Amino acid sequence: MSLVSVTDLGVRMGGRAVFSDVSFEIGAGEVVGLIGPNGAGKTTLMRALLGLLPFEGQSTLAALPAAERARLAAWMPQSREIAWPVSVETVVMLGRVPHLGTLQRPGEEDRARVAAALERMELAEMRDRPATQLSGGEQARVLIARALAQDTPLLIADEPIAGLDPAHQISTMQSFAALADVGKSVLVSMHDLGLAVRHCTRLVLLGEGRMIADGPPGEVLTPERLARVFGISAWYKVTEEGPVYQPLEVLR
Amino acid sequence: MRIALPLLAVVAALFMVSLLTGPADIGIGESLAALLSGGDGPLALVMREIRLPRALLAVMIGASLGLSGAAMQGYLRNPLAEPGLIGVSGSAALGAVLAIQTGLAASFALGLPLAALAGALGGVLLVMALAGPRGTSLTLILGGIAVSSLAGALTALVLNLSPNPFAASEIVFWMMGSLADRSMTHVWLALPFMVLGLALLAGLGRGLDALTLGEDAAQAMGIDMVRLRLMLVIGTACVVGAGTAVAGAIGFVGLVVPHMLRPLVGAHPGRLLWASALGGAAMVLLADIAVRVVLPERDLKLGVLTALVGAPLFLHLILRLRRERI
Amino acid sequence: MAAAEQIALPPPPDAAPARVVSMNLCTDLLAMLLAGEGQLWSVSRIALDPMVSPLADEARDHVINHSRAEEIYLMRPDLVLASTLSPRSTVLMLERLGIEVAQFAPASTLEDVRDRVIDMGRVLGREAAARAVLARFDARLAALGTDQGPRPRAVIYHANGYVSGRGSLSGDILERAGFANAAHAAGYGSGQVMPLEVLALSDPDIVVTARTYPGGSRSEEVLSHPVVRAFRAGRESAVISDQSWVCGTPFVLDAVEQLAEARRRIMAGAGE
Repeated sequence: MSLVSVTDLGVRMGGRAVFSDVSFEIGAGEVVGLIGPNGAGKTTLMRALLGLLPFEGQSTLAALPAAERARLAAWMPQSREIAWPVSVETVVMLGRVPHLGTLQRPGEEDRARVAAALERMELAEMRDRPATQLSGGEQARVLIARALAQDTPLLIADEPIAGLDPAHQISTMQSFAALADVGKSVLVSMHDLGLAVRHCTRLVLLGEGRMIADGPPGEVLTPERLARVFGISAWYKVTEEGPVYQPLEVLR
Repeated sequence: MRIALPLLAVVAALFMVSLLTGPADIGIGESLAALLSGGDGPLALVMREIRLPRALLAVMIGASLGLSGAAMQGYLRNPLAEPGLIGVSGSAALGAVLAIQTGLAASFALGLPLAALAGALGGVLLVMALAGPRGTSLTLILGGIAVSSLAGALTALVLNLSPNPFAASEIVFWMMGSLADRSMTHVWLALPFMVLGLALLAGLGRGLDALTLGEDAAQAMGIDMVRLRLMLVIGTACVVGAGTAVAGAIGFVGLVVPHMLRPLVGAHPGRLLWASALGGAAMVLLADIAVRVVLPERDLKLGVLTALVGAPLFLHLILRLRRERI
Repeated sequence: MAAAEQIALPPPPDAAPARVVSMNLCTDLLAMLLAGEGQLWSVSRIALDPMVSPLADEARDHVINHSRAEEIYLMRPDLVLASTLSPRSTVLMLERLGIEVAQFAPASTLEDVRDRVIDMGRVLGREAAARAVLARFDARLAALGTDQGPRPRAVIYHANGYVSGRGSLSGDILERAGFANAAHAAGYGSGQVMPLEVLALSDPDIVVTARTYPGGSRSEEVLSHPVVRAFRAGRESAVISDQSWVCGTPFVLDAVEQLAEARRRIMAGAGE
């Protein structure tokens, strides 16, 4: 079953095409890494498929009414904005907004989901601290927990692990994998190709104004593509410890 | 909602004090008896036609200003947003003055509040267009200065061109606000618009909560931003327009009250809405009691007192924002 | 007040001035009443406004000035008539330019009104005309017969809640019309605001208000407040146009007569 399917998706900004003719779908139990150099349009693609900006082509998510879409897909934007000094728990509870009626107050299930998300992101101890007083990496974890609490079949996260320490980068990717284990899916944009290769079931490579490749990590990251799209060389091997991928040098 | 009851109690107590404050020396029992039982005597007239409308308007206008301040701050995610400071009240005053001077207010009862509402609507749209969606402090305040000085200048112009010799000196009333000599007529004039506006603004809670994480995140959580913006603009125009039409522009209430109550509601933008409505009512009641106690023989303007409290706080907020954002 | 007048008024001219310009409503009115044919060249713009000027029609026969030094100087007057409240800068400027300025203090009693008529007659060289005006003034005042009988309690309520106390022209008008000043009795003097609720509790027999100006104002709204309306509805009321009492001229008798008439109605009502 496909959670989202985009067909011939294209976005123009200021008269210039950011990308065009992007088609893919995400089924259940996948962790899809969205990779590509700066300016390839990763953020734009994610926002377009959510219907947050005007686009050409089709996206099954964007076609849904806002409330229904919010129960199908959670979105964690790249800008880590927390405008008011609300508590960590309050921020995470915002993830329950799509599940509450107009005047309905959070119930037992909502609290349980929030507690689980806090636990998952190792935030349980700082649940009462003002979120604005946390470090950047901690805030990122709070916002990931918020998206997890939304408890949707699909989670779309824009560079969620940028700025996290190595341990939290890995544990965050493991959380995504755990979601996939229970049949949910994640679309995550990232720059760390090593982590992408290790934790994603599939990669979508964006560049040159189009979708260059879509498939298992080993197939997508060929040396030719790396040289052409990123301008780097890399060492890649499936070891006993799993796939290891190490970028080596800049080619141009 | 731990603070709802204490706030309600404060508002109720100040309402009683307001009813019992006035230049005419009347005993507590006597005044309440006259208020409740009515009759034709001058005492009933004083209680029912002078003090009651005054206290009611203080509650209505205070709640309006507090709530609209909290709502605008939540929407723009900026603690400096306030209908008075950013020129919405000033634009409403311009609308009201135009209605009075063109005779619209005299020929059609709802002409006055409707014109003020239209003025407030223009002001709110202009400031929001100037400030942009995220409303950074700089653009917000620059936009607000532009709108409020333009509205103030046009109000002064209209009043100066008036054939009425008294009108020219009334810029102070329109810029500073006063509840002196208001009557039940004014209460009935403002009430329907305020009820509509308060209902619209009170419905914003969840959307404003979600906006804590930015417009993108809120939208992805199913918040209809177009609808939210519309409710905010119309709601603010309704309450500020109606309030300004009957009492002039009273500044700083929407700034001071949400700022003071924010820590008490855990900075929760949604919970801050109702708390600020109650807090605003308390602040305007208190200011209106103070103007009658401090300088009983002069019509001291309410805005003078609210500015004395609000302006230093405003400076403090600017300094704090400067430290945080640069 | 008397000392100020002596300083303000120049000695009587040897020859009557032939080209007089008045720059203040109150001197406009006195001058129009007393000046000889062709003697008064110009009056101020406000004299055209029927809301405040009882001689608005006659003012049209004169050149209109806007009370500014430059235009008045260019009219080449022998004498300029001004109020002691006229802008000092304007008066000083005219004097520096060598123009004689006669300043008249505002009247605050009917006695002052008589003095102003005499003074105006003197500076215009029209003493005989002034005596004739005064004779009619005294006769009308005597005919009122308001010295005897009860004195109903009245409040003169102006825009913004100001009252007329003792020692003001309208306060004197009220007393000459046979009323007791209830604002004064409640401790409020001229230039003071009597709060609406004090007005309500002082329960006067009549509330006298000024006619409102066109265009509307927040200041005048208090005159249509339900409390004031309630007094108007239940009992005698009077609305006096500002033209009858804004200046200390013989026209104040219109206000006195109007109020005396209201008093007669109150007394008739009480006698029934």
